Amino acid sequence: MIRLDNLTKVFDTPKGAVTAADHISMEVPAGEICILLGPSGCGKTTTLKMINRIVRPTSGKVFIDGEDTSALDTQELRRNLGYVIQQIGLFPNMTIEENITAVPRLLGWDKDRYKRRARELMDMIALDADAFLKRYPSELSGGQQQRIGVARALAADPPVMLMDEPFGAIDPINRAVIQDEFLKMQQELKKTIMFVSHDIDEAIKMGNRIAIFREGKLVQYSPPDDLLAAPRNAFVESFLGEDRALKRLNLVKVRELASDEIGVVRPEDTLATALERIEGFGYQNAILMINDKRQPVGIIHRSVARTTSGYCRDHFQSVPTVVSLDDDLRKVASLMFAYDMTWMPCVDDEGRVCGQITQRAITHHLGSRYRATQSSGPGDDTGTPTPSAAEE
Amino acid sequence: MPTLNLAGALRLLLLVAVFFAGVWSQSSGVIDEFIFYIPDIRYLAAQHLWLTAVSGSLAILVAIPLGILLSRPSMARIAESMMQVLNVGTTIPTLAVLALSMSFLGIGVVPAVFGLFVATLLPIARNTYAGLKGVSPALREAASGIGMSPVQRLLKVELPNALYVIFAGIRTALTINVGTVPLAFLIGAGGLGELIFTGIDLYDPVMMLAGAIPTAVLAIGVDILIASIAFIVVPRGVNPSRA
Repeated sequence: MIRLDNLTKVFDTPKGAVTAADHISMEVPAGEICILLGPSGCGKTTTLKMINRIVRPTSGKVFIDGEDTSALDTQELRRNLGYVIQQIGLFPNMTIEENITAVPRLLGWDKDRYKRRARELMDMIALDADAFLKRYPSELSGGQQQRIGVARALAADPPVMLMDEPFGAIDPINRAVIQDEFLKMQQELKKTIMFVSHDIDEAIKMGNRIAIFREGKLVQYSPPDDLLAAPRNAFVESFLGEDRALKRLNLVKVRELASDEIGVVRPEDTLATALERIEGFGYQNAILMINDKRQPVGIIHRSVARTTSGYCRDHFQSVPTVVSLDDDLRKVASLMFAYDMTWMPCVDDEGRVCGQITQRAITHHLGSRYRATQSSGPGDDTGTPTPSAAEE
Repeated sequence: MPTLNLAGALRLLLLVAVFFAGVWSQSSGVIDEFIFYIPDIRYLAAQHLWLTAVSGSLAILVAIPLGILLSRPSMARIAESMMQVLNVGTTIPTLAVLALSMSFLGIGVVPAVFGLFVATLLPIARNTYAGLKGVSPALREAASGIGMSPVQRLLKVELPNALYVIFAGIRTALTINVGTVPLAFLIGAGGLGELIFTGIDLYDPVMMLAGAIPTAVLAIGVDILIASIAFIVVPRGVNPSRA
């Protein structure tokens, strides 16, 4: 757990004092990822760096697991905080092994233990230990280097990690891969993480909570879905972008909106039955046909059902697409647009049809959150963040 | 490959030229004359190297700590002006430095070593300073961020990463040093300058060459020696010659 209490940094510049971080108070519960997000110069990096005293706070306190860190020795404090920076900062004079074991060696671990730990970490980041440990950073690709950077931060198993735009310098394809790997690791490791980013999509993907900064002030601190559904003021709204409702699609899984009611026909049904069910369930253009194992085998088009007579098994077409319960709505929406469909059959892990998801359900879900927040009262633009979920 | 053939032809031409130069020098008796000087060369070369070793080690011992000290953040304010002072120091010709040190320290080995020390100091101090300043801020932040103390950071991260540049400075400085030692003869410290300057004074080209050629060979030798040490000592990851 990380708690910041009125953390403030004032820089003395030739042009006068500049307040980079202004009375920042927030709390990150254990095991969660908190993204510090905002335009450049908003104080997010300063705030992060005050936690490990790369930047010395002007005033305010940092508590880690309830302990006031101002009492701790700086080096000791830092050895207990994993630190990953955008420029990666691997030591080029050291081998990969020496790089990842830097903190354990500082902590005085014996050789067997840190060597074993190096191999464990390489397994964790899915790089071949035998191939990489003896190499130097310059011999690795950018993505591999950043994985090593993360491994180095994890080496002594610190409960808290600080990450300063860790994936910012990696190309978009590799970045997505590393983000996924990192989230998978986090599911097991359950570190408490402060993560600076300027990329709203990254924040939504990675964060359990997002803190939006502006001009040294914490403007809003909420879980991503709340943030997108209820931006606190015009600044947050414009920072999130006009398409913020679409961004929410990433956050919702099919499981949450799928209804288990779905109209289907079987191969032995007649087309008349099919037409009846199409009308009954209000489908505009087609109905799904399933086999005995409830697997989707085809669709019957409304036009076919209306103009032809016979059995479904003779007049179906292939199923354009199905979605799984764990897909996110973004994928569903994209498929709906691509196939010009207003509903999609959902299948479970065994590939059996278990329900449907409709465009209506999606728009209703997104819209209901907006209506709820709009009617809950006018937002004030004065600055102090609402304790929407986090502050005690 | 035509380029290879060209290179091969040039190499052959060079061999032939060396061969004829050998034939000529043998027939004209230069070689015999040169051989006459070998005992002198041996004695003076040892003296020469001794002067380089003493002044060079002193310079390294002073310049590296000086460079480190100036590169520390707390010295940032005066570091640049100190470097300027050192820069002005190098613009003074070595001969003038030797003359000055002679007027304070008299004649002999001591003023010579002092003069050579001053001439060698700067390239090493400058490269140490530049090398350490050139270590990327991200590396320094990473080192501090994982909990290294300032001394650990210097020894484990900054110096190893600056080492290649520091060695380049030592290499330049010592090569200059070897080439400057002949001047030390002028204030009575001996070295191969004895043969060179006496050869000039007596208009004896062979004697002069007996001093000049070993000086050149020593300079090249010292250069190769330092380069090999750098090759071994500088970690592979930051050593361009081992990349």
